Amino acid sequence: MAQETKNTEKKAAGTGPSTKLLTGEFLNYKRIWLLSFVLTAAFAIIPVIFFAVLDYNLTRRSLENDVEARASRLASNTWRSLAFFLDERKNALNYVVQSNSFEALENTSQLAQILDVLHKSFGGFTDIGIIDATGVQRAYAGPHGLAGRNYKDQQWFKDTMTHGISVSDVFLGFRNVPHISIALRHTTPDNTSFIIRATIEHQLPQILSEVKTSGNGDAFLINALGVLQTPSHYFGNVLEKANIALPLATDQTRTMTIELEDGQDLITAFRHIPDTPFILVVLKSKQMLMSPWHDSQVTVIQYLGISISVVLLWIWAVTTYFVRHLQLLDRKRSKYFHMAEYENKMASIGRLAAGVAHEINNPLAIINEKAGLIKDMAHFKQELKKETRLLETVDVILASVKRCSRITRQLLSFGRQTQTVPVPLRLKSILDEVLVFLVKEAELKNIFVDIDVPDDLPQVVGNRGKLQQVLLNIVNNAFAAMPRDGRLSVSAQKTDEPFVRLDIKDSGCGISPENLKHIFEPFFSTKTNQGGTGLGLSITYGLVQELGGRINVESKVNEGTTFIIYLPTTTQKEE
Amino acid sequence: MHILLVDDEKELVSTLAERLGYRGIDAHWAATPNDAISMLSDQNYDIAVLDVQMPDMNGFELKEQMEVICPELKFIFMTGHGSEECYYEGCSHTGEAFYLVKPVEIDRLIEKLNKVMLDGGKR
Repeated sequence: MAQETKNTEKKAAGTGPSTKLLTGEFLNYKRIWLLSFVLTAAFAIIPVIFFAVLDYNLTRRSLENDVEARASRLASNTWRSLAFFLDERKNALNYVVQSNSFEALENTSQLAQILDVLHKSFGGFTDIGIIDATGVQRAYAGPHGLAGRNYKDQQWFKDTMTHGISVSDVFLGFRNVPHISIALRHTTPDNTSFIIRATIEHQLPQILSEVKTSGNGDAFLINALGVLQTPSHYFGNVLEKANIALPLATDQTRTMTIELEDGQDLITAFRHIPDTPFILVVLKSKQMLMSPWHDSQVTVIQYLGISISVVLLWIWAVTTYFVRHLQLLDRKRSKYFHMAEYENKMASIGRLAAGVAHEINNPLAIINEKAGLIKDMAHFKQELKKETRLLETVDVILASVKRCSRITRQLLSFGRQTQTVPVPLRLKSILDEVLVFLVKEAELKNIFVDIDVPDDLPQVVGNRGKLQQVLLNIVNNAFAAMPRDGRLSVSAQKTDEPFVRLDIKDSGCGISPENLKHIFEPFFSTKTNQGGTGLGLSITYGLVQELGGRINVESKVNEGTTFIIYLPTTTQKEE
Repeated sequence: MHILLVDDEKELVSTLAERLGYRGIDAHWAATPNDAISMLSDQNYDIAVLDVQMPDMNGFELKEQMEVICPELKFIFMTGHGSEECYYEGCSHTGEAFYLVKPVEIDRLIEKLNKVMLDGGKR
């Protein structure tokens, strides 16, 4: 089917001016198909993709928010643990200064005793010192022997005197273990101030390690200068400078997303711990938190892909079906158009023939009568009986008139083709009428025409014009297929059914089995170079069907072709 | 047998009338329908042979007028036109047997005249 279509289109493009009309009549099916497919597919798929993308973005955003909230919550909880740890130490020191007088604390042995109690109660207390308002360390208990030192110019001293409390950055102290120090200002009832300062082993990493182990992530402390105060999984060890840029930390937990050098996205929650230089940073791997969602998204995208493929396949099938249907309708329309045109042409020729015949018949009748009169005069009046040459001439005139009248009668009967009511027809006379038109060509190509139609053949029922067209088309084709000295055999016979079988056999070039299959299809033509429309046999087929008959064809290449036509007879009508 | 031939081709009807005369048939002719009607008023005819297509009035209309004047008159039609409408109209008016296509053989015309005289011609 598709191959045939291609053939036809190629043919239409490559033949003479008469087929230009044909190409103009057909639509560009390829373009229609493409347009229809693309538009339908676009309208079907764009909304699906749009909603899929929208859904992807919305769920991702909501999930990111959720992940950030979780990180933020974790940061807050951790922050509370850390703050509690530091508050506990601060409160212990506060208790010490509240319950002991400055004088008691100035006593180094008593101070050492207090250090011992603190160390036993809370653990991690390394040393303890009492500094007066002028910055001089008045008493010291611990391993370093720092009594008498003046801290007046130290920043922590100024901070403590101003804010009442200060917590130092982490430093490597005794035994190379990280420590922090907490300094607390105390004002006595007599309005003198002093500072109690304790160095504590750095225990915050232990608290943070609990956070780290609870899932993928990292938690550490950092100071405002970016120096790590606890070890970090991603950014290095304690006291190393971390390659991380954070906005100003406040007492509120804030979140942001940072990207590592290896492209990994981390959800970051951070919060400043009040009265300390520490900023708590909690990191969560975004990829790992989002991975269940990503997995489900992959499944969704797979389903989406499958459904889009199914939709495209469906649209392809429907579009192909409809365009093919359109193509068939278009061809049918074109065929009917040509049939109507052909019938119109035949009707016009018929009218013209009838008109000419009528105009000629009147003078012919006069010649006939005048010549008849001359003969009558010789016969009845005996006047011209001796004029044998004259009478011979008159006979020739009468014979010629008869010939002319036979031609006009045939023209007239050809003109009668517009009749629509089926009437009984003599096959032989119609064959004679048709062959009159082809006698000249037969003589020219020296084709022998052999007609074998028995006299007792039943009359066929049908439309004279249609039967004429059928025979004319087939005989015409036969003549075209034959070289010089061909032979056309027309034979008719009765059949057991109420049909007459008519065989029209030529000795032409024959038709290949491949072409034979398509012979009655519209626009199938092998006479491409002669401007054939390829409609002749398809019209013939249609006409035979309209006559209530059927048509078959048998052919052998280089031997000839036989068209077998079955036509309904009058006996069928009686039944 | 009195015959009236009507055809706008004067040469045709006059010659036909003369030839019928040779064969012992009393045939008159008219070249227009009006002449034919006036002739019918003057004299009785058995059969009228009418051309179908004439200017002013066609053969079938003429037949109707002539039937009013002479109800016993019988008709034969001649035509040079063999178109379908004409052919079937002619048949429906007179029956196929009484319809002749020009040019007409004189013997065939006489044969038809005799047949019409015998059968009655009208239906």
